[in-house]
Amino acid sequence: MGRRVLLVEDEPNIIEAIRFILSRDGWTVEARSDGQGTLDAVRRRRPDLVILDVMLPNRSGYDVLRDLRDDPQLSGLPVLMLTARGQKKDRDLAMRLGVSRFMTKPFANAEMLTAVRDLAGG
Amino acid sequence: MTLGFNLLVAVCLSYVAMLFAVAFWAEQRALRGRLGWLRSPWIYTLSLSIYCTAWTFYGAVGYAARSGLEYVTIYLGPTLVMIGWWGLLRKLVAIGRSQRITSVADLLSSRYGKSNALGVIVTLFAVVGTTPYIALQLQSVTLSFAVFAAQGGGPGATDPGLADPEGTALWVAAGLALFTVIFGTRNLDVNERHHGVVTAIALEAVVKLLALLFVGVFVVWGLAGGPAEMFRAIEASPLATWQIPGARWAGLSFLSAAAFICLPRMFHVLVVENADERHLATAAWAFPAYLCLMSLFVVPIAVVGLAMMPEGANPDLFVLTVPLAAERPGLAMFAFLGGFSSATSMVIVAAIALSTMVSNHVVVPIWLSVVRGGAQVSGDVRKVVLRARRISIAGLLFLGYVYFRLSGGGTALATIGLISFVGVAQVLPALLGGVFWRGATRAGAICGLCAGFAIWLYALLLPSLGTGAAFSAGMLAQGPGGVGWLRPQALFGIATMDPVIHALFWSMLVNTAIFLAVSLATFPGPVERLQGADFVNVFRYSSGARGWSRHMAEPEDLLIMTQRILGPGEAQALFQSAAAAQGKQGYLPDATPEFLESLERVLAGSVGAATAHAMMGQITGGSAISVEDLMRVADETAQIMEYSSRLEEKSAELGRTARALREANDKLTRLSVQKDAFLGQISHELRTPMTSIRAFSEILRDGDGIGAPERTRYSGIIHDETLRLTRLLDDLLDLSVLENGQVTLHRERVALGEVIDRALAAWQPAGGLRIERLGGDEKVRIDTDPDRLAQVFLNLVANAAKYCDAPDPVLRIAVLAGPEAVTVDFIDNGRGIPREDQGVIFEKFSRVGDTSAAGGAGLGLAICREVMARLGGTIAYLPGQGGGAFRVTLPRKAG
Repeated sequence: MGRRVLLVEDEPNIIEAIRFILSRDGWTVEARSDGQGTLDAVRRRRPDLVILDVMLPNRSGYDVLRDLRDDPQLSGLPVLMLTARGQKKDRDLAMRLGVSRFMTKPFANAEMLTAVRDLAGG
Repeated sequence: MTLGFNLLVAVCLSYVAMLFAVAFWAEQRALRGRLGWLRSPWIYTLSLSIYCTAWTFYGAVGYAARSGLEYVTIYLGPTLVMIGWWGLLRKLVAIGRSQRITSVADLLSSRYGKSNALGVIVTLFAVVGTTPYIALQLQSVTLSFAVFAAQGGGPGATDPGLADPEGTALWVAAGLALFTVIFGTRNLDVNERHHGVVTAIALEAVVKLLALLFVGVFVVWGLAGGPAEMFRAIEASPLATWQIPGARWAGLSFLSAAAFICLPRMFHVLVVENADERHLATAAWAFPAYLCLMSLFVVPIAVVGLAMMPEGANPDLFVLTVPLAAERPGLAMFAFLGGFSSATSMVIVAAIALSTMVSNHVVVPIWLSVVRGGAQVSGDVRKVVLRARRISIAGLLFLGYVYFRLSGGGTALATIGLISFVGVAQVLPALLGGVFWRGATRAGAICGLCAGFAIWLYALLLPSLGTGAAFSAGMLAQGPGGVGWLRPQALFGIATMDPVIHALFWSMLVNTAIFLAVSLATFPGPVERLQGADFVNVFRYSSGARGWSRHMAEPEDLLIMTQRILGPGEAQALFQSAAAAQGKQGYLPDATPEFLESLERVLAGSVGAATAHAMMGQITGGSAISVEDLMRVADETAQIMEYSSRLEEKSAELGRTARALREANDKLTRLSVQKDAFLGQISHELRTPMTSIRAFSEILRDGDGIGAPERTRYSGIIHDETLRLTRLLDDLLDLSVLENGQVTLHRERVALGEVIDRALAAWQPAGGLRIERLGGDEKVRIDTDPDRLAQVFLNLVANAAKYCDAPDPVLRIAVLAGPEAVTVDFIDNGRGIPREDQGVIFEKFSRVGDTSAAGGAGLGLAICREVMARLGGTIAYLPGQGGGAFRVTLPRKAG
């Protein structure tokens, strides 16, 4: 208990990579590829950390982030945003919306793992 | 020596087969765009010779034998018109061109406010007036057959079935119907030109002229012993003593001149089939020369015939019987073919002209009113029109056959011809009035026409059927109910005139008087007034756009309607060129008044002015009201009308310019937003595969805790993602090379079908998409770079597989080769691309809808567009096909 990650990402290969890296470290990884319904999934499953992509089908990562922050019960939930859009304005927007950590793809596996451990207090 | 009847039939059939071949050849040539001499003024002049029917070929000699030089009047009228009133013909041709007139009925209907009632009346009269004439042609062919049958002695005596005149007539009528249906209704051409038919007719014109000249030369030099002897014989013959009353001479010349202009078939060859106004200049002297040659030997043949043939021999057949009696069967055969040519060419053109009138003025309006909601919703106007034409051609020839049987074939040829002439001459006052007098009104035209026609029926046609057929002997002698001044052949007690002149005099007098009086007493309607100005001043200004100025029509609706009438290819070409003229790409031009006006004219070329007007009205919401408003506000003078319409045009133009600017601005904004989006997009597209590659390669590098299966799997993923990256970079490079024009093309000559094969072979079937190849002209060979072209095709197929959202997705591929270009259409059965997106799909990175779903980078169509531009062709989205549809257009020859 206590080491569960919800991964929201639409590239199957990236899901597989992250799942491998985190599960080797003892995390349970649950993945979904649709932005829509993510809020409900978080409410239901109560993960310790959400890893969020930006370019998602139906509902963008920014919108999902806004949903999470708007919910008082979830406002403290750590969110790690991973995005292939590495421009400054993307980072600024994510920061304004209250993201816990922002990383650009491609990332170093060790760096990502460190970030997850930091955020979810592993 | 005699001539076998069977041989005659064989010659006759081979001649007909040759006509078919010539017509087919000319049609194919025209279809391939190689018009060449098919459009020469000589072909035009020769086609006018359908004026010389069997009546002139056989009948002129008979006429001369009966009435001396009177036959000359039949040639004099047209000659006077061609030489003396050339201006009228030029004006008719100019009006025909600018208003896309399809027939004489269409001319009157269009001139008098696009009134269909008038079109129906003229059509009806033309049918009634032409039927006896068709019967006359059948009769002449039958009679000439009978001459050979009797001469041959064989089948005529032993096998009555073969020489049965009614049987012959029926076969001839059926054969002519077949020829006319095949070459006269092959397609619904916007110009109503029939190159096959016209070429065949020109050939027949040469045959009949040569036939008559040969017989004449043979008679003068072979029988009479030279010109000097001939003149002596003429002096001595009873022909020399014939006196022609001046009134009859003038009357008949007037009559043939009127008929020359008004006969539906003459109008058809003179105006409708005219390809170039300048051809008239040649025809103005060449056609009278032709007539002169045709009439040169008429008197000699008549004189020799009267002297040679036994008492009571039919002088109408001297052209045949004289050579036969002189034991020259070959010459007689040639003469027979001449007569046959005269008869058939007249019937063919008359049937085409009349069937056009019947379908445009009777069938289509009825069909339109039955199928409410009109042309956009259901049915195919094109098919209806063509079917109506085919049926009316058969119907007309059948009518002619019935008339032939009823009249018993007894009346002399020339008399039937004159009766017909008087009938069609009734159109003259309305026609001349319409072209020269702006005050002429629809009511005047209708009343005059009806009155003239009624008199013609009563005083000429019905009595001509013979005593006892329509009128009893008592009625003819004493008048209806004993009222003497109503005697059909002596109206108002004038009994001294010959019946034809009598009927001509009264019908034209009453017709013209009523036409003038009613026109003066009534006011023209608004559309009538505008059309009147356009007709009368056809040379002064090309008509401005006035009719459709106030309404906005959806171009797509117009395209759908136009496709139904002209067929998709023609309609799309028309819309594309209109859009290009407005500086737009694609197939949807703005519905400017100019465009609507020109569209209406094009449609009028296929279905007639009144119908086209009605159909446009259904889509644009009716224009008559707007013109009427205009009329009320403006003063009744043409200048003010012109001025206000010009103002209206200007303000509409300003509005359009503003709209165009707004659209351009919107597009720029959209593009700039897209450019930003593109940078994000390209970053995303590059970084996503790189993320997988980096993550898995680090996993493999660190090496701890992975087994052999994972190792294989992860290196596989790295490999795939590397390919994906390479593909994206290739696309980007490809596009930049294409855009900079640095691309090298490897052109070769290939069949288009092979390029499609190549594209389909490279395609990995996906999305359950079925490909249906409609074939068409896949065999056409073109100069192109097959690899590049296949790349475009493959892209379109892959797009359909990705985007077509039908439950059972099907992509149809159709190839159509035109004279200049080849089009390949890719049409799927999905929802298609929404209107607002159609403008940007060819831009880079402009995926429609959700971006990541489609899996490509959105460069495919942009690359296609660039490739097609390098290949000298185009690719465009084709709206209005009921699914996603792309059209690739390629030039046939490398540019």
